[in-house]
Amino acid sequence: MAKRIDVSGLHVYYGDFLAVEDVSMTIEPRSVTAFIGSSGCGKSTFLRTLNRMHEVTPGARVEGKVMLDDMDIYGPDVDPVQVRREIGMVFQKANPFPTMSIYDNVIAGAKLNNQRMSKAQADDLVERSLRGANLWEEVKDRLNKPGAGLSGGQQQRLCIARATAVEPTVLLMDEPCSALDPISTLAIEDLIHKLKENYTIVIVTHNMQQAARVSDQTAFFNLAGTGKPGKLIEMDETNKIFTKPEKQETENYITGRFG
Amino acid sequence: MSTTDSSTATPITQGKRRIGDVVFANTARGSGVLILLILAGVAAFLLIQSFDSLSANTANFLTTEEWDANTRENPAFGVAALAFGTVLAAAIALLIATPVAIGIALFIVYYAPRRLAAVLGYIVDLLAAIPSVVYGLWGIGYLVFQLQDFYVLLERYLGWIPLFAGPISTTGRTMLSAGIVLAVMILPIITAMSRDVFRQVPQGHREAALALGSTRWEMIRMAVLPFGRPGVIGGAMLGLGRALGETMAVAMILSPSLVISPFLLQSGNQTIAAHIALQYPEATGYGVSALIAAGLVLFAITLVVNMGARFVVARRKEFS
Repeated sequence: MAKRIDVSGLHVYYGDFLAVEDVSMTIEPRSVTAFIGSSGCGKSTFLRTLNRMHEVTPGARVEGKVMLDDMDIYGPDVDPVQVRREIGMVFQKANPFPTMSIYDNVIAGAKLNNQRMSKAQADDLVERSLRGANLWEEVKDRLNKPGAGLSGGQQQRLCIARATAVEPTVLLMDEPCSALDPISTLAIEDLIHKLKENYTIVIVTHNMQQAARVSDQTAFFNLAGTGKPGKLIEMDETNKIFTKPEKQETENYITGRFG
Repeated sequence: MSTTDSSTATPITQGKRRIGDVVFANTARGSGVLILLILAGVAAFLLIQSFDSLSANTANFLTTEEWDANTRENPAFGVAALAFGTVLAAAIALLIATPVAIGIALFIVYYAPRRLAAVLGYIVDLLAAIPSVVYGLWGIGYLVFQLQDFYVLLERYLGWIPLFAGPISTTGRTMLSAGIVLAVMILPIITAMSRDVFRQVPQGHREAALALGSTRWEMIRMAVLPFGRPGVIGGAMLGLGRALGETMAVAMILSPSLVISPFLLQSGNQTIAAHIALQYPEATGYGVSALIAAGLVLFAITLVVNMGARFVVARRKEFS
């Protein structure tokens, strides 16, 4: 189910402005990869190119190659809609559809692929996805209540359930805990550990302890200088990045000497 | 609290009543009260002035179709045909205008290139600036002739539906023509409201839909339309309000008759507003009072429609 991502020589542009320069990396299936780095260094921008969500921004474009196993997601005959069904995304701010119930939120994406889902199938999918997101016990008695009525942490887990209900192979998470309290953060981190068994997970985080706790690999991004594009400085086993990084810049960042 | 000490600090519990605040609060309160007074005044005027004719009326005001009020003896008049015509014309207008307005608004916000969207938005706003008498001229001098061929087709293929049954009017001055002109007139307001609310859909919701692998249309159905629903309904109700009360264009286009007729392609029907405008100069006896009674009914219809709209908007408040 989980797939490998292979990025080579990727540049991201907003119009003529080069935002991220020359990133190459391999993200292993069934692993968690964390992107760290100071604000504005392009890690979120880069993350969004992995499922072509950057195309939502007018003028944004990429050069280079992103392979999902053996599919080039920027291939000429590849539909970005199809890419996003393969590679799901969870956002910084929990964004359940406010007009939908918890139940409808979970199957919103799955319904796109399968209009004629039977009630039993849908019920089963909802329960499975919510259990998978560690949310079932908390909401099973109020599935028809609006998703926006949940707490922030529950909403974020609802969004994860909604993303996994589409059965993607990769899950991208853009600072999923940055708006959450420590308890809710812990719940999400537990969930990430569990999801790792089935998905390839990429998570952007500002919280270095979080990167250390949840990830197998860590990639450090930084700006080459003011007004210069963001770059991938170093990527390695998380352990190694946080104990003996190879680059001085990485060490400065993780020890808090800047950023 | 005493302020015997020499400190200059004002105790917080005893803040000064600032003159500006007082003036502003009272102005705002006065404006709020004024609108209620105006509304109550209009309602009272309608009730009092219509009482005269309603008490002399020998027919049932609500179920009678004829209008025989211009007399001092035994007036017999009713608002049934007028109320029916009013609602029918407005319903036709709304039915035509709402989908078109939603389409234009979606195109402007989500499909059109930025420059075209700006031009288009401006043009739609311009439609709202055209006086209704000009719409009336356009309707009677141009549109009714252009629609004639369309009506012939409509009657030929859909004539089996009573609404479109023949024989069609040769002048084109029918309910459907009036409804179509009204639709054009209320298009700008519905479009503007829809456009504004579609623009306000949070980026998070749109991206959530796209990230689930929805196409642009699916994104619109999943995130934009549900979010925009109350705004669209609000806009439609404003449009409906205008269509219900529109006088000039209808008075010019429609060839009136005071019968309840469901045949949209035949001449017939009349709306309250147009009836009042056309009859008032010739009203004698109980005539004026009777027309005011008709105005009271229009007032009531508009009120009910607006309350209904609020109810629809509020019903799913929990979800918005």
